[in-house]
This record gives sequence, C-alpha cells and structure tokens, in this order.
Amino acid sequence: MYDLVIIGAGPAGMTAGVYAARKKLKTLMLSRDIGGQAAWSSDIENYLGFSVITGADLTAKFEHHLERFKDDVELRIVPVGVGSIKQDGKHFVVTADGKHVSARAVIITGGKVPRKLGLKNEDTYLNRGVTYCAWCDGPIFAGKEVAIIGGGNAALDAAINISKLVKHLYVVNITPELTADPVMIDKVHELHNARVLNNTEVVALEGGKYLTGIEVLDKEKGTHKVLSVAGVFVEVGSIPATDYLKGFVKLNHAGEIIVDKYNMTSVDGVFAAGDITDVIEKQVIVAAGEGAKAAIQASQFLSRSRD
Amino acid sequence: MSKDTQTNQVIVYTTPTCHFCNAVKEFLTEKKVDYKEINVQADAQAADDMIRKSGQMGVPVIDIDDQIVIGFNKPKLEELLASV
Repeated sequence: MYDLVIIGAGPAGMTAGVYAARKKLKTLMLSRDIGGQAAWSSDIENYLGFSVITGADLTAKFEHHLERFKDDVELRIVPVGVGSIKQDGKHFVVTADGKHVSARAVIITGGKVPRKLGLKNEDTYLNRGVTYCAWCDGPIFAGKEVAIIGGGNAALDAAINISKLVKHLYVVNITPELTADPVMIDKVHELHNARVLNNTEVVALEGGKYLTGIEVLDKEKGTHKVLSVAGVFVEVGSIPATDYLKGFVKLNHAGEIIVDKYNMTSVDGVFAAGDITDVIEKQVIVAAGEGAKAAIQASQFLSRSRD
Repeated sequence: MSKDTQTNQVIVYTTPTCHFCNAVKEFLTEKKVDYKEINVQADAQAADDMIRKSGQMGVPVIDIDDQIVIGFNKPKLEELLASV
C-alpha cells in the first residue's frame, strides 16, 4: 500500500513527487512518459531561473532533481497508461497496464493529449503515417509528400519546420481562413513547396499497412479528392487526458478536472494539478506550482485521515 | 561473451529533434552500454530498415540483439539488456 500515487510525470507530477518525498510519503508515480507536453516544447522563456531553455532540457533537469528522492518516490513508466481509479473503502485502486496498485491518496497530473481527427482507422495508422508530434517524427518523412492538418499556430509552425525536409506538403484547414498569427501565415505562403487547402476536411485515411493518402472534402464545392501523402501530422489542439475519469471525478464542459483551492477533486483524497485541471493558466511554471500545492494538501489529508 | 561483443549489438534509431531519443541515449550511457546511433533523417535506407524491423515509423527504435523496443520503454530495455 502506497501513501500516494501520482499519475503523470510532467511539471506538475514531478514537482508533486519532490514535495511528497520531502514529506516522506511512500509514493509511486505512474506515467506514460517523462515531461508530458513540456518535453515537446521548443524554447521556454518564462520559467524562472532559466532565461531560455528547451522543454527537453528543462524536463531533464526536473528528472534529475526527482532522482535525488528515488528512495521515497518510485517512478514507473506505463506505456499503455492508467486505465482506471476506483475507491475501495478508505483507499484507492489504480490500474495501469493491467496491474493494480493501492494508495491512500492520489494526485492526477496527466495533462493534455493531442486531439485526434476522429476517423475510424486513425489508431491503425498511428506511427504508420499518422503522427501527433511533427517536431519529433517529421524527419522520418524527409523527401516525401505529407499533409499537416490544422490552421493554427502549431500547425503552421510544423509546416514551416517540415517544409525544409519534405518534397511537398499540404496544409489542410477545416475553417475558411487560417487562424494562426499573421506572421506565421505570411511565412507559409512564402514556402515554395506548400499548398494551403482552406475549408477542407479530412474524411478518410487510405493505405495498406502504411498510410498512402487521405481523402479530403472541399466543404465549399462539396467535392472529394484523394491526396497522395505518406505522412499526416495532426495539429488540431489538445484535450485533457480524462477519458478514464468520467464518472469518477467531476469534470467541466471541456473535460478538465474541477479542483478547489486545495487542489482537491470531487472525491475526498483525490487531488489534481496542472493542465488536466480547470485552472485557467496552462503554463509550465503554473503546473509546477499546482503540483506543489497538491502534494502539500495530499500530505495534510493523509495526516488527517491517520487520526 | 565479452562486453565489447555485447555492446556492438545495440542500435538506436533516432532523429535530431526527438527528446525520447536523447533520453534513451542518456539511459544507455548511464548503464555503460555502448550503442550505435543511426540518424534516420540523414539515411533513407536506415529509415526503411527501421520501419521494416519495427513495423512502424516512430522514433526512437532500439534494436538489442535483433529484439526491437519502440519508444523509451525503460523496464523493457532493462529486461533485454540484462538478458543479452
């Protein structure tokens, strides 16, 4: 039995881990990865103590800091992720990758995950042509034809970076106009190997074992056509990773966990911190602070419940 | 089996922009495991090899004595390294 299970190992989770260790709580961290969304950020310029640092470097520093406390905090990578949390009397049973662990309190810091297109064979083509991280997987498509789905800053940032590697790219944007900052739109229009398709929706993914094309609908003309592409980079925003929490803790309309000023969720003993919560500001430094708050409150909850 | 023989069997397929590729390399260095890094952005043939071996296109891919690990799966890497 653990005192505390922390779900997620991004800025909120790792900060909670450090605080939990300093409170001498027997803690298990379960996470699909290290660093969460922060690990994929390019330059971070607003985390105190570092005038400019990449997300990867900041994550490495967090991880090294947490490693100092490895006698109290066990970090376990669970590639499939947490599947459920259930209350069992006075404790909680967390299931991850088919294994159950019990704890007296839980802090959920699972962050956000990329929003999918919602197409029926999207999961089949994950890493077989469909990717949600242009920054990481872009180089594998060097010299090939690709499509970037989305019209915001993330999509156009991906387009600008990937255009240097690929033969040709489409920017497939569902809205009538690109919604990114004007400076980004100008840069994309200057690319010699990019074509922007506004008012266009991806309706199907095509291929065998690997993706070979996408079917798109021109929403203005009502016409369909197939674009031959080997890679699709989905950049249509992100959603809180709370699918498995529906019916367990209260979520808001956006699917974020509702927390009070003590970082407590609607379930006594279950806390949450970081981008997965309804705290408005989604920033690394805010997530880290929220993680600290949640761990302090979890510690106080455990002290109270021992009485 | 000598240590040199063991260490030549580890290949890490990477791209320059992949955080978890760096994490894998740091992990192997910490464990004092020699490895060969192949940047698939710079080598299309190696990219094809990686895709054929792993059946997918994401990096990192780690080949330990013909056993393939996709992503930075620390427990799996530890298990395979212990058995080499």
